[in-house]
Amino acid sequence: MSEFMDIITASNLTYGQKLIHLAQAAENCEHPIPTTPEFDWFFERDAICDMHEGNAPYRPRYICCDMERFARQGSEFLRLDAPDNLDDLLMNLQILYQNVPSVTGRPVYVGQLDRLFDPFLDGLSDEEILPRFKRFLNYIDRTVASGYCHANLGPEDTRAGRLLLQADAEVQNAVPNFTLKYEEGITPDDFARLALKTSMACANPAYANHRMHKHTYAAPVDGPADGYTVVSCYNVLPIRGGAYCLDRVKLSQLADLATSPEHLLNELLPSATGALLEYMDARIKFLVEDSNFFQTSFLAREGLIERERFVGMFGMIGMHECIEKLLGPGHVYGTDPEANDLADQIMTKMTAQVQAWNAPYSEIGNGRYLMHAQAGFGDQTSSTPGVRIRVGDEPEVFFDHLRHCARMHRFFKAGVSDIFPVEPTAAQNVDALLDVVKGAFAIDDTYLSFYPSDSDLVRITGFLVKRSEMEKFARGEAVLADTSHDGEGNWRANNLADRKVRLG
Amino acid sequence: MELYAPVNKMIPFSLVDGPGSRCSIFLQGCNIACAYCHNPETQNLCLECGTCVDQCPAGALYWDDGHVRWNKDACVQCDTCIHVCPHKASPKIEWLTPRDVFETVHSYQPFIRGITVSGGECMLRADWMRELFALCREAGLGTLIDSNGCVPFEGQDELLSVADGVMLDVKAWDEATFEHLTSGDVRVVKRNLALLAERDKIEELRIVVVPGWNDPEATIAGIAEVLGQKTAATKLKLIRFRRFGVVGELAEADSPTDERMAELEKLARNAGFELVELR
Repeated sequence: MSEFMDIITASNLTYGQKLIHLAQAAENCEHPIPTTPEFDWFFERDAICDMHEGNAPYRPRYICCDMERFARQGSEFLRLDAPDNLDDLLMNLQILYQNVPSVTGRPVYVGQLDRLFDPFLDGLSDEEILPRFKRFLNYIDRTVASGYCHANLGPEDTRAGRLLLQADAEVQNAVPNFTLKYEEGITPDDFARLALKTSMACANPAYANHRMHKHTYAAPVDGPADGYTVVSCYNVLPIRGGAYCLDRVKLSQLADLATSPEHLLNELLPSATGALLEYMDARIKFLVEDSNFFQTSFLAREGLIERERFVGMFGMIGMHECIEKLLGPGHVYGTDPEANDLADQIMTKMTAQVQAWNAPYSEIGNGRYLMHAQAGFGDQTSSTPGVRIRVGDEPEVFFDHLRHCARMHRFFKAGVSDIFPVEPTAAQNVDALLDVVKGAFAIDDTYLSFYPSDSDLVRITGFLVKRSEMEKFARGEAVLADTSHDGEGNWRANNLADRKVRLG
Repeated sequence: MELYAPVNKMIPFSLVDGPGSRCSIFLQGCNIACAYCHNPETQNLCLECGTCVDQCPAGALYWDDGHVRWNKDACVQCDTCIHVCPHKASPKIEWLTPRDVFETVHSYQPFIRGITVSGGECMLRADWMRELFALCREAGLGTLIDSNGCVPFEGQDELLSVADGVMLDVKAWDEATFEHLTSGDVRVVKRNLALLAERDKIEELRIVVVPGWNDPEATIAGIAEVLGQKTAATKLKLIRFRRFGVVGELAEADSPTDERMAELEKLARNAGFELVELR
């Protein structure tokens, strides 16, 4: 059977999922993006990877609409007036979401919901608001149905933020993910405690170091002052913009081609990095110049996105296995100083090369691509996400793990993250979790997420899925959220159930 | 002269030994012997009988000039030594100075807000603890004492001046009941309770509910009488007995029921406690 017929006749895909797979298969019949021989050589050896973004990009990978602007102005194209009240706003947003594409075909960003909702709550009681929020969250969960979808909160304490946390704990959904922008001194302890209590109830929100992120991108004109938002598996992107693409060097595979650490550092790494940079240039030029996306999308025309606020993300993955292959057993990445120093050297070199490259159409990145520690997807094995330490090799003491994270986080402006299952009893002492967040962020860790080790909602690479849904898919049944597909394979292949439980 | 204390264990991060994220330090040696003790191997100091040396499967215990020594790096933490010890002791301790311990806990900053010293019974090492706390205070770390209450706090003004507070056990109220449960003297506990309340040094009070072995009703009422107006603002933890780690008569005993715990919580609230937690 052809690839198309396999999709058409599959028994474990929903109609919507078949449509997405068929569209991707069709897109991949075209090959408009030229590649260099170097790119092809590394690509064939799986040392660089295009993330299966599709051969002919006709929409950016991630779009971060300025939803607050949308709330102020409505949409001429969608024939929506600016909302007068909360119900209008929620309906307008639901309509907009249906019209925001991404690499998954569905929005990866649904808004900074607390800022968006707070001005519309006057005159409504909590009892009136909560059911509306819960319906709205269920709407996103059942229609977007992708764990890469993300909402943001904070850093300020708001009534809307508190009610959203309460609603999220009650609905127990995998979609959307929430990130709380946290900054000590701006985020009150009391609000942070409520957020942490919610994380212990439903694995949401995760925590972004606002102090570190808020200067990453210039603020849009008349837009949010912090200029950024967090989407998908912890991509830190410009609000009213997004990411054109995310491509990656697979260090784990690159190390297979190396005869020594020096060979990798001095020859393979610069070649692979250069080949990927050229490929990203070509990809972005096609998207901007040929696909007509920015020229025709109402999102751009109505100012919900600006082409100049998109960046290309240069990704990497598999540091753990790379170091293991280069140094051999006895030098375990994460705990061995020599292993950690080599990783630092690799990142320093790669980052310098990326930052020296003149990236096209990257105004918001000051003419540069931004580094991202890619967290993986699907059932890939033998490549631990980004610069994370492989499951089973984590340092004994949690604080040593966090120090290692902070050391490696400094290279990544467009996102890097870690995931920690924690003792369910931490729910009784969220102050302890808050101390950890404060401590980690004080030493420049940029992003943290927790889930209780006995939770049905679990984090895979960053996205959330329900264990119960993965089990269903493993039995051959169709499930609504297709991230359960990615999650199921990845969970098993990478022994994610064995992640070291922290705070025990 | 440098002070040393026998340290059984340090837990870099504890969720259950006081507010927030704390490092817990467990000292070896106790002055009482509770029937429900969860860590009976912390009760006594090693008598150097050597029973454990031959039985260590990792060869981590050895004789050295008449003393039993422990090779920390060779140890696989199987706890065989603890199980075979006839004296409720452990050979796996380290004699450390306040500065030794401080340097370790200092390395956990900024992830912890403080330390809690526990036991065994840490008040047997009050001078050592005072020096440790002084170092911690200087570094901005909080300091809590976790005590069974059977060592007098009278005359410990200096220690109390560098301690944020005491997490105090009140294991029973009636003298005979207390002695049967712990082999200790409850009159000391009651004096400590009054003294610490007066100095505002009670971080929390704890009653472990052991069916058939203690008198939580009388204990709650007795404490409330001593605390008077301070009852409302004093944190009271009512803890279920659990058999985990327990040896001897209570090794197979049952925990109190949820109904029983709820009843006691209600009683505590009626007695004026506003901060009651069930564990």
